[in-house]
Amino acid sequence: MSENNHLHHHHQNHCSPSPAETMSEDDEPGRPQPPDPGSKKTRNCAAVHPSPHPDRVLEIVLEHVLQFLTARRDRNAASLVCKSWYRTEALTRSHVFIGNCYSVSPSRVTARFPRVRSVAIKGRPRFADFNLMPLNWGAHFGPWVATMGKAYPWLERVYLKRMSLTDRDLCLLGDSFVGFKELELVCCDGFGTGGLAAIASKCSQLRVLDLSDTEVMNDGVDWISCFPEGETCLESLIFDYVECPINFEALESLVARSPALKKLRLNREVSLGQLYRLMVRAPQLTHLGTGAFGPSEAQGASDQEYDYASAFSACKSLVCLSGFREIVPEYLPAIYPVCANLVSLNLSHANINVEQLKPIICQCRKLQVLWVLDSVCDEGLKAVAAACPDLRELRVFPFDPQEDAEGPVSEVGLQAISEGCPKLESILYFCQRMTNAAVIAMSKNCPDLVVFRLCIMGRHQPDYVTREPMDEGFGAIVMNCKKLTRLATSGLMTDRAFAYIGKYGKLVRTLSVAFAGDSDTGLKYVLEGCHNLQKLEIRDSPFGDAALLSGLHHYYNMRFLWMSSCHLSRQGCREVARALPRLVVELLSYEGNEKMDDGAVDVLYMYRSLDGPRNDTSESVTIL
Amino acid sequence: MDFQGDANLKATELRLGLPGTLNEPAKQSPPSKSSKRASLEIYDESSSKKRETSSSDVDDRDSTAPPTKAQIVGWPPIRSYRKNTLQPKKHDADALGTFIKVSMDGAPYLRKIDLKQYKSYPELLKALEIMFNFSIGDCSERDYYMGSEYAPTYEDKDGDWMLVGDVPWNMFISSCKRLRIMRGQEARGLTCL
Repeated sequence: MSENNHLHHHHQNHCSPSPAETMSEDDEPGRPQPPDPGSKKTRNCAAVHPSPHPDRVLEIVLEHVLQFLTARRDRNAASLVCKSWYRTEALTRSHVFIGNCYSVSPSRVTARFPRVRSVAIKGRPRFADFNLMPLNWGAHFGPWVATMGKAYPWLERVYLKRMSLTDRDLCLLGDSFVGFKELELVCCDGFGTGGLAAIASKCSQLRVLDLSDTEVMNDGVDWISCFPEGETCLESLIFDYVECPINFEALESLVARSPALKKLRLNREVSLGQLYRLMVRAPQLTHLGTGAFGPSEAQGASDQEYDYASAFSACKSLVCLSGFREIVPEYLPAIYPVCANLVSLNLSHANINVEQLKPIICQCRKLQVLWVLDSVCDEGLKAVAAACPDLRELRVFPFDPQEDAEGPVSEVGLQAISEGCPKLESILYFCQRMTNAAVIAMSKNCPDLVVFRLCIMGRHQPDYVTREPMDEGFGAIVMNCKKLTRLATSGLMTDRAFAYIGKYGKLVRTLSVAFAGDSDTGLKYVLEGCHNLQKLEIRDSPFGDAALLSGLHHYYNMRFLWMSSCHLSRQGCREVARALPRLVVELLSYEGNEKMDDGAVDVLYMYRSLDGPRNDTSESVTIL
Repeated sequence: MDFQGDANLKATELRLGLPGTLNEPAKQSPPSKSSKRASLEIYDESSSKKRETSSSDVDDRDSTAPPTKAQIVGWPPIRSYRKNTLQPKKHDADALGTFIKVSMDGAPYLRKIDLKQYKSYPELLKALEIMFNFSIGDCSERDYYMGSEYAPTYEDKDGDWMLVGDVPWNMFISSCKRLRIMRGQEARGLTCL
């Protein structure tokens, strides 16, 4: 597979022509100059060379135009116009997004899109993060890297979410892609420090190594030391949840010789003193994850007391701050110098109270993204509401994620936020008690909401004040927030809530339901009403076969449906599988339940696939 | 392990089933907050600890309905690295791993605790005292549970019932299958050893 320099990769601004290559299946003697926006040559391509066949002219124009089309929905639409457009679009697509790794085989992807530079693949469904999926279910990167290694030697970027990779896969990646630049692994697992070492040593052009939320096994390999000597191209190094000790001296040296480094997120093994040493070497940072933000246990009192505030002052471009994994709150004032410029602040690991939060938050006038622990209480959220009028995204995590814990945040905090932050677009709120009134208020005060995820931690909890179900609150959200695409519900909900969602949630693409509803009718409302529904995840709700069968008209349009601990039977699932041959219907069983043949289904996970059922299943998986 | 005809054993069992499959009133919302607040008045400061549910929660409900506070896998939906913020636990691969049943003679229902939460015997005993609202008194190395009406015992891997406190902590948590807090005559026998 040779590189076609005629292609305009959307990252690049120009490329040089190469006479021997052709762009499409038809052989063409002459070819127009490379696309250079604003250049006369593009417009007069036919005049520069001997006139190509008229049909070809149209294709050439299309090729140039399609370069500017980057959104995948636009590209998908373009590919449906006619065969010629389909072909041209396929040849000009440089980034491929696979929403469900089992919906299509790697070879089908490489056959259709021969000139890909960047790939994004998503594997397991989200409920796998909460131990609801049997181990070793699948989503292996192996087959993908093997196929792409041969088809895409010029691959530069890989983004994976909830996939499993092995050290060997990473070695193969490093060996296959000479110019590899960006590796982003989100919520992945299966490999260790050995795999990281392979990437570090083999990918000399590496700009981005992002291991957000990814588990890395500690094989004892010092991967930080495996980066090549001399200056690196590193722009982003993110390993905040990698739970392995790292060689600090090697890290310090790496940071010192990476002048392009803008994003650095350290794991909690890095102490405050070590953070200081890194910061002074990288004042150009825009994104910083601070690691522990406390003195290391080993050093203890002998830790030199640096002027941490001055290190922060020196980082004049810092806009995004996170970390604080083992915070010693006395050191928090060190971040004051950067607060005024912060756009994103993640304190969700910092067990701080409202008095510790206030001095920081009142300086963060530009803040748009805030993640906190509920330890800041309703009072803390009131302070946020007062200080951050521009807030777009808020996440409030529970310090004590138990059903019966005390709840420091409640409807009071939610109400305050809705009043102070009218531009809010995304919220994730864990609490122990809530009222419909507060949720309704938010629906009216924050009309721009795109993501609304409320987690009332006690199952089946009604409105705290009125003792009514939370139907009206969620109903108001879908009714009033016209841009809503993602919704997660909780608390006591009857079928009425689902009637609202089905009726008004026309743009909803992702819906999460847990311990909710009365009967099949609830799910029917959703499947019949939510025309844009892509991802539906349901657990522990009384929906059965009749409800499942009411969605047959829609399942081919969805990325997946997950239903666990509901009222489904094998018989019902089999009916779906029969009715929809292109749907892969997986029944997963929890440990100890495999032998139970009473027909009850633990987990139903189904998705459409162009290439039939997968062949890498474990014992706990049955494909109907 | 042992469903010895005691329906209440199921109440605290870790399960993934739907509420309602065990006579649990699915729609009826447990007035957990109001009963908990009531219990705060009845009991002393030990009930005000945030993590503990008190036995009066159960009293408010139908006696056949098990308390709905059984541990549920994957709920609330928090990723494992966000839990146990106080402990540097690396892997949470086996969510069901270290929970063991705790019974107390005379108590109507069992509890479950995660042994990994505790680092020493005093911590564990204190937690048990709070959970069941009793006092075990001093636990000294020579005179275990002297003067107490209660004796904490555990069933080890071999199925034998042992007195809590004899072996090093780490050995204990790896061999302990369940706990039983004995009281009365039997207990006094043990405490006078």
